[in-house]
Amino acid sequence: MAPPSKRRPGFSRRAQYGIFTGYLAAGIGALVGAGLLGLSLWRPASFNGPRSAARDIVAPAGAASAEIRTDSQSLVESITGYLRAGSQNAKLKQEVELARIRLAEAKAVQQENVRLKALLGLKEEEIAPVVVARIIGSSASSTRRFAYLGAGRNEGVTPGMPVRGPRGIVGRVLETGAESSRVMLLTDSQSVLPVRRVQDNVVALAEGRGNGLLRIRLINLGINPLKAGDVFVTSGAGGFYRPGIAVAIVTEKTNDGALARIISDPSATDFVSVEPIWQPKAVMGAATPVEDRLGE
Amino acid sequence: MKTEYRGTARRDEYGSRINRQHSPLLAYGIPYASILLGSFLPTLVIASAVPLVPPLGLMLLVGWRLARPGILPVWAGFPLGMFDDLFSGFPFGSAILLWSMAMIAIEAIEARFPWRGFLQDWLTAAVILAAYMFVSTIMSGGKVGGAMIAAFTPQLLLSLLLFPIITRIVARLDRLRLMRVRSI
Repeated sequence: MAPPSKRRPGFSRRAQYGIFTGYLAAGIGALVGAGLLGLSLWRPASFNGPRSAARDIVAPAGAASAEIRTDSQSLVESITGYLRAGSQNAKLKQEVELARIRLAEAKAVQQENVRLKALLGLKEEEIAPVVVARIIGSSASSTRRFAYLGAGRNEGVTPGMPVRGPRGIVGRVLETGAESSRVMLLTDSQSVLPVRRVQDNVVALAEGRGNGLLRIRLINLGINPLKAGDVFVTSGAGGFYRPGIAVAIVTEKTNDGALARIISDPSATDFVSVEPIWQPKAVMGAATPVEDRLGE
Repeated sequence: MKTEYRGTARRDEYGSRINRQHSPLLAYGIPYASILLGSFLPTLVIASAVPLVPPLGLMLLVGWRLARPGILPVWAGFPLGMFDDLFSGFPFGSAILLWSMAMIAIEAIEARFPWRGFLQDWLTAAVILAAYMFVSTIMSGGKVGGAMIAAFTPQLLLSLLLFPIITRIVARLDRLRLMRVRSI
């Protein structure tokens, strides 16, 4: 294609100045962008207002598309399920047999648990979710992993609340708008979550790597006891997440821990529940500088 | 030959010429509207654990800029990038900076290589997209490692392969943009 003639405006002063002003505006725009970027890297919460306002406006579109998305996913699932029905049926029968036995064992353990807790005088509290909402979108084209939730301040959601799907933890609320909120997913590269191994008390930190996997970093270094297939649940440390919710399953062992896959993949999650912060006082205590006094 | 002549006099590829005019609203609105839509759409598609969906907003911006050099001013990266920042998940200011730089870069490339074909446009877009993804990942505020760079490689390849399709979409939208509508 031939070059546009706009570049050589001839002797018209006005056109020449116009081109010059355009370049100037573009340069200033880039500089302002750099400044804003610096500001939002320095103080990440600086632009929460406009962002959540924009999110609130488009929330209805997100809700509609979420419905279509989950419907089409379940359609694909049912077709693939139909194709593999025979072999799967046999396998599932075996699994159900085993699961029944385990379930009976688990019931026994649960009863014992209740008895022991009663002995200790601990109260069993049922935690009611703050709100149940749909995931209405995500930052699908960005290397940061955020999801958007169709519930916000009006429903009682506040930053810091854990978000869980039916399978396990999805992430944590980062900022709230009136009708929508932004959730940092577990796989985001800034997400860190204290976890422990299900069968014993090997404690670790699960850090997002930004590529769909979590990195499990053991707190007690020494011989690495992890192996592929280990399941990690929340440990309750830090006070945000209540203990015992499934987080990740180990896929590969590394020098100082392991790589793990998240159990509750947000793309397979339809409705999620927002739970209250488990120990608000602990969170507040952690946020208070050492110099300040806690309490009254 | 005769019919062809009559045909061009009465109508061109944008519709009938009688009582029909180009609409300024369509002519100036469609490029911006499509880019804004491209910024917003990827947030709806899927909530995946890895970045997958190409940056449609930037691809449409580059597509329009390369196909129709006149209609987007050099500074268009600023307002369009600001809108993209509201939805992209990157820190605010990232797209303002990078989209402005992309527009300036295209201007410079165009001055250096004025006679360009489709392959060169594709190459230009490829360089811009790769640089955009790399720099925005580094400045995303997260911890950057090899894994994160590796995570956006499939997304980058997908965007590069998608670019010819984007140019076709832009061409279609361009016909819509110049469509003649009833004027009286």
